[in-house]
Amino acid sequence: MLIIKNLKAEINGKAILKGISLEVKAGEIHAIMGPNGSGKSTLAAVLAGRELVTVTEGSVTYFGKNLLEMPPEERSKEGIFLGFQYPIEIPGVSMVNFMKTAVNEHRKYKGLEPLSASDFLKMMREKKELVEIDSKLANRSVNEGFSGGEKKKNEIFQMAMLEPRLAILDETDSGLDIDALRIVANGVNKLKRPDSSAIVITHYQRLLDFIIPDVVHVLYDGRIVKTAGKELALELEEKGYDWIKKEVDKKDLA
Amino acid sequence: MNNPSERSERYYNLYKENIKRISERSSPYFNSFREAAIDEFNKLGIPTKKNESYRYTNLDTFFNHEYKSYFMPSASDFKKAEEFRCDVTDLDAHGIVLMNGFYPTIKDKMRKLPGGIWIGSMNEAADKFGDQIRKHYNKYINGNSDGLVHLNTAMASDGVFIYIPEGVVLTKPIQIINLVQSDEDIFNQHRSLIVAEKNSDVTVIVCDHTLSPNKFLTNGITEIYVGENAHFEIIRVQNEHNNAGKITHTFMHQERNSYASSNNITLHGGLVRNSTYHFLGGEGAECKSLGLFLADKWQHVDNFVNVDHAFPKCTSNQLFKGVLDDMATGAFNGRIYVHKDAQGTVAYQKNNNILLTDDAKMDTKPQLEIYADDVKCSHGATVGQLNDDALFYLQSRGIEKREARLMLMFGFAHEVIQNIKVEALRDRMDKLVMQRLKGELSRCAFCMVKCG
Ligand SMILES: Nc1ncnc2c1ncn2[C@@H]1O[C@H](COP(=O)(O)OP(=O)(O)OP(=O)(O)O)[C@@H](O)[C@H]1O
Ligand SMILES: [Mg+2]
Repeated sequence: MLIIKNLKAEINGKAILKGISLEVKAGEIHAIMGPNGSGKSTLAAVLAGRELVTVTEGSVTYFGKNLLEMPPEERSKEGIFLGFQYPIEIPGVSMVNFMKTAVNEHRKYKGLEPLSASDFLKMMREKKELVEIDSKLANRSVNEGFSGGEKKKNEIFQMAMLEPRLAILDETDSGLDIDALRIVANGVNKLKRPDSSAIVITHYQRLLDFIIPDVVHVLYDGRIVKTAGKELALELEEKGYDWIKKEVDKKDLA
Repeated sequence: MNNPSERSERYYNLYKENIKRISERSSPYFNSFREAAIDEFNKLGIPTKKNESYRYTNLDTFFNHEYKSYFMPSASDFKKAEEFRCDVTDLDAHGIVLMNGFYPTIKDKMRKLPGGIWIGSMNEAADKFGDQIRKHYNKYINGNSDGLVHLNTAMASDGVFIYIPEGVVLTKPIQIINLVQSDEDIFNQHRSLIVAEKNSDVTVIVCDHTLSPNKFLTNGITEIYVGENAHFEIIRVQNEHNNAGKITHTFMHQERNSYASSNNITLHGGLVRNSTYHFLGGEGAECKSLGLFLADKWQHVDNFVNVDHAFPKCTSNQLFKGVLDDMATGAFNGRIYVHKDAQGTVAYQKNNNILLTDDAKMDTKPQLEIYADDVKCSHGATVGQLNDDALFYLQSRGIEKREARLMLMFGFAHEVIQNIKVEALRDRMDKLVMQRLKGELSRCAFCMVKCG
């Protein structure tokens, strides 16, 4: 589904990603962990098409197509969804209008008619229930005045509306209370189809109790320095990142 | 003839040449103010960039021009006015049309609406509502330093008069349509007065419209009295062509515990200057001063706001926004003046602008003068581009860049529009703003009268 080869990228001339290779197959869940500032969100931004990040080397192939050539909106319509670490507040743009536009753009791309107003509202209602989001939030402006947790739930709600093939969830668990975490994780699991995949960026093993990954990667200083099964997350939780950093630094010295 | 003082003199001469004609047709009461006003105008002149409040606005191209007609519309103009229908389709309003500054119907110069509300010609009201006119006419201008205010008092002879008696709640808004149409270049001045008595509740919509492509200049004043505990909203929608200059002065005087809001929505216009004066003249009064403009090409839109906190425990809130494309320019000057005794004042001001090109330019200036101690006051201004993060967020959900930009601009504008209480008007404004942003709204796009 997704093949990343030796990806290097910079922001304002500063190298952030320093050669990442990763393959995500249909149906798989990959977790990416790693210390603050190691480049996890930057990787997510490259995959979603953020212009701010410049790719300097490497390739990303998505279902056989060159992903890096597509504008962000096309990636979305091709089934990539990014759950933002920091969802953006957009005053004056209503959630309803935002989602209606997005859903209908997706439908147009697939050659479908736009949804009628009543069908759309019905769909909104169903998906709201699925992620147990407060009904009133959908009547407000996009993320405006939402609490941290509400914003994260709203990301999952949008994901439910757009039904992606590859979901990239950037710290969707941060800032959630225990119940909200369970709701969000359940939502993700319910939305998961056998052939859809997810990349879950997180700092906490906790989330991975609910969303069980096939593989866990550790990103450090713009590189994937360790890849293992789900037990790696437990180990990191216990020991932190120091031992990995040491291993890497030793290798660099050698 | 076009240096500033000669130019002002030209308008003075115009006064001298025409004062007889103007006076003959006007009420003696209005006439009694003319001489003092023209003297004041002579002192102040037509504002130039040297006047602090006109620093960013150049009136030259409009005031240096020789207009063919300055005073009286012709009979055929009146006919056009009667044919005019506003297509704010769902808007059920009590409509009234001004043509080139004059109330154009011959009969029914005053109309009675439900609840005993009167609307009609200002000139006519001078006779029929002499008490009200004497109580309020020219009372809220208080030594204004803008020469154009006095030029208006000296020469204007008609406009709209609205009287809302005590306790009357009008669910349907009143709509004043200011039309300018002529085959000649014209300068017109009109003068309106709205009296909303104690405990009344009304919304007034003013639509400024030009209907032919000639060069026009309008200098209009609206004085508004909002009685104790009354609720008053005025929304001004401006949709004029690039060759039109529009100068409006709105004076709003509020009594105790009243609420009043003013919203200037400029969709289109060559040169627009709106001065809005709020006088909070009794404890517990609250006002909102709002504005939104969308400008492109060489258009210029200037909003000047003055909020006077003269009594304790009053609240004011200013929110002005502008979207500027091409080489459009704009200005915002928001003044808050808190008198010494006005303790417990709350005064907010926000001015946000989006520049869509490098050539567009916006000047914004807050001006706070606070002489009381117990005051909560804040102000903030931004001039910037569309938010890249927000743009990316929308795109990342499958929305095309062009559409995403439109949504952001619309959202930006909607923050002002959403304050409109009358739902049909709010929806209509949203639509017009969207049309304008898409570049579909040319002048008069929503008029029945097709012209030019
Ligand atoms: N807009 C930007 N301008 C400059 N530097 C940036 C920008 N965005 C990210 N960076 C830098 O890139 C590096 C990687 O940041 P990134 O957000 O990808 O880290 P992360 O792994 O997601 O961290 P965290 O766990 O804190 O979310 C950091 O050093 C950060 O300061
Ligand atoms: Mg991050």
